[in-house]
Amino acid sequence: MSRIVGIDLGTTNSLVAYMDHGTPRVIAARHERAMVPSVVALTDNGLIVGDPAKEHLTRNPERTVYSVKRFMGKSLADVQGELAYFPYTLTEKGGVIRIQLGEKSYSPPQISAMILKELKLRAEAFLGESITKAVITVPAYFNDSQRQATKDAGMIAGLEVLRIINEPTAASLAYGLQEKTQGTIAVYDLGGGTFDISILKLKNGIFEVLATNGDTHLGGDDFDQLIADLLLTEIRTQYGLDLSTYPEHMQAVRLEAERAKIRLSDELKTTASLDLPDGKGRFTRELTRDRLDGLCTALVERTLGPCRLAVKDSGLAPGDIDEVVLVGGSTRMPLVRQRVQALFGKQPHCELNPDEVVALGAAVQADILSGGTTDMLLLDVTPLSLGIETMGGVMSSLIRRNTTIPASAKEMFTTYVDGQTGVDIHILQGERELAKDNRSLARFRLKVPPLPAGVPRIEVTFLIDANGILNVTAKDMRTGETQSIEVKPSYGLSDQEVERMIEDSFKFAADDVSARKLIEARLDAGALIATTEKSLADGGHLIARGEVDVIRTALSALATAKDGNDPRAIRARMADIEQAAKGLTVAMLDDSLKQGLQGKKVSDVTQS
Amino acid sequence: MSGHIHNTDDRRELQMARSMCWHCQSEMAGEYFCDRCVKVQPVSKDLDYFTCFGLPRRLALDPQTLETKFYELSRAFHPDFYQNKSDAEQTISLGNSAMLNTAYRTLRDPIQRAEYLLDLEAGSVKDIRTTPPADLFEEILELQDTLDEFRASDRASESASTLRTKLHADRATLEQRQRDMEAQLLQLFSRWDALQDRGEATEQARAERGRILKEMRDILSNRTYVKNIVNDLVATIA
Repeated sequence: MSRIVGIDLGTTNSLVAYMDHGTPRVIAARHERAMVPSVVALTDNGLIVGDPAKEHLTRNPERTVYSVKRFMGKSLADVQGELAYFPYTLTEKGGVIRIQLGEKSYSPPQISAMILKELKLRAEAFLGESITKAVITVPAYFNDSQRQATKDAGMIAGLEVLRIINEPTAASLAYGLQEKTQGTIAVYDLGGGTFDISILKLKNGIFEVLATNGDTHLGGDDFDQLIADLLLTEIRTQYGLDLSTYPEHMQAVRLEAERAKIRLSDELKTTASLDLPDGKGRFTRELTRDRLDGLCTALVERTLGPCRLAVKDSGLAPGDIDEVVLVGGSTRMPLVRQRVQALFGKQPHCELNPDEVVALGAAVQADILSGGTTDMLLLDVTPLSLGIETMGGVMSSLIRRNTTIPASAKEMFTTYVDGQTGVDIHILQGERELAKDNRSLARFRLKVPPLPAGVPRIEVTFLIDANGILNVTAKDMRTGETQSIEVKPSYGLSDQEVERMIEDSFKFAADDVSARKLIEARLDAGALIATTEKSLADGGHLIARGEVDVIRTALSALATAKDGNDPRAIRARMADIEQAAKGLTVAMLDDSLKQGLQGKKVSDVTQS
Repeated sequence: MSGHIHNTDDRRELQMARSMCWHCQSEMAGEYFCDRCVKVQPVSKDLDYFTCFGLPRRLALDPQTLETKFYELSRAFHPDFYQNKSDAEQTISLGNSAMLNTAYRTLRDPIQRAEYLLDLEAGSVKDIRTTPPADLFEEILELQDTLDEFRASDRASESASTLRTKLHADRATLEQRQRDMEAQLLQLFSRWDALQDRGEATEQARAERGRILKEMRDILSNRTYVKNIVNDLVATIA
């Protein structure tokens, strides 16, 4: 089976990891860090992703997309409150947000796919093989639409998403692998844009999630925004300047707020400074950790409610938790650590890099799926109750929250009117009493043969698979025939749209071709250098001294070309080596034949 | 709009032994995997949860034994271990895992376990009580009045505060009542298990069986009724 990589598709940063002989490792590009900022920019030279795109935030904010994860599986109405903060233009089509970049508009899964593709390329360049399968992580509290959107993003990026796994559970796999822990653990995961808490029981390699809770709209971005708001207000009072009309400066404020926050995790005070527009000079302000804590207390407190609820849903008390694990960059904030420690009464673990641990866990899960790791098994739960709308707009729950997945529920449907040919079914997710207060997932119409009222018996099976994604099937109990159901997602792309986006992605791929050619040429060159050197070591004595020198010269020429940026030059130097080493190859082949014959009797050779 | 339909047929004894492997058509002797081709087999729809866990139909259940068996079967069925297998096997793995999870959830909780056993033994659709149990009749009517009064009152007023204190006391009483019923239920559990262990087919044993099931059903429906009242109460005074 081909290799499966693990991907952490984060709000602010994304990573890819793989399993290296039983140890998960993150993959960094040459001379770069492993984290790829989840930023996509449209430049004059096409779309770019990651660190170079991040530089465009302050230069070209209208055409630079960040934090797209916040929009996955959402409609415009869902994010109305924060639209003002984003410099790029959002519209909506068919219940799905679209992001305007130049002439074209892109759905959040398409933007995410660009980030995934960048990670895919990195993995391919590093591992020297084509990567087509992945495990992708999502916040545990993601609903069905958000999970489906993530899966769509994978498909658009040319990845078969073998599993969607929850971020805190992934982290627990990475920790469990390292420590072989047993007992009850709480994973507190505060990332760039989302918060999750999961309570797990670890026993003999089984990772059983007891309960999960969270907030898919709470993370480091929100802390940055509070600091940025403070700076913006002060700039307004001191200089009479409203920066909201200067998108470049708005981004600069946001980035400076983030940097100040990060510095305040290690220092007690820091200085934020910014260039102001219209030649108004430079704004500087000292910020203390106390001030930061004061700003962020309410948000940090907001994470504690879900923690208590998850502990309660597990049938435990906070004191029953044996270990607490911190995940996500925002858990570096001392305030967060203090509050978590106070809640559970335990010093939390943070031995593994909180930015990398989720990707590492995804790689472990990938290894489980490919059959490499066989002693570990993750039993996760569905974070939200699933149900259908019944009479009077009430939600009737079919699968309760925190039910171990895969989970299924069957419901029998019949008709109320003679000759009725259809029953409309509205699928919901959430904990509220009334249908309208819950998340609408999808609607479909069940086909019923025209019969007297009450006679038809259609059994509908709602199955939540191991990805936490819903599948619906129906069966006519009278005829035993199964019925295919066309479920129309309320906030998702239709299958046709995903198909079209996959096709489109091949068109974008044409833009990447040159970059890709270079990566492939470098890869092939690396492989050729390695095999040629090995041949020289093994068979150098079989050829003339002069011939060896010619090969060595060709090798160093290729090494130089490989560090350059021209794939054609690399290919040309590779051809030189193949030419120069021809004699060596022939000599080695002859030699190995001779060796092979020596060990055998004449009869062995002649008989075969 | 919909309603559960319960299968009350008693074909459970027959199911496994007679079935054939879906893949190689050989007769199945093994539990969940074909002895000949080692392919996973779909767990029969008629298989009850006790049998699925290899347990006798008893109500006292050791949670550790149940968990160990659950983990063992999870390792056998979970889709994670079928990623490289055929589509047919993946579908079976998914269905079996979902069934196993439901079975574990049902058996792990004593109340759900008892309800499930009642369903198996007496084919009962859950009794939904709409009037208070006889011994609680007066208390509950009075409580409903207090709740109505509290809902209509100004929450900041003194009378509301008096009502709140009263409701808190009522809540404690009802919760105690719930615990009493659970204790009674546990006694019935031992009576049921003892009866099953004796395995007598006498008229007397049959009558005892009927009595236990009847009492169990009454307690369960009373308990649900009281639980709903408590939930309502808690939501109102929150």
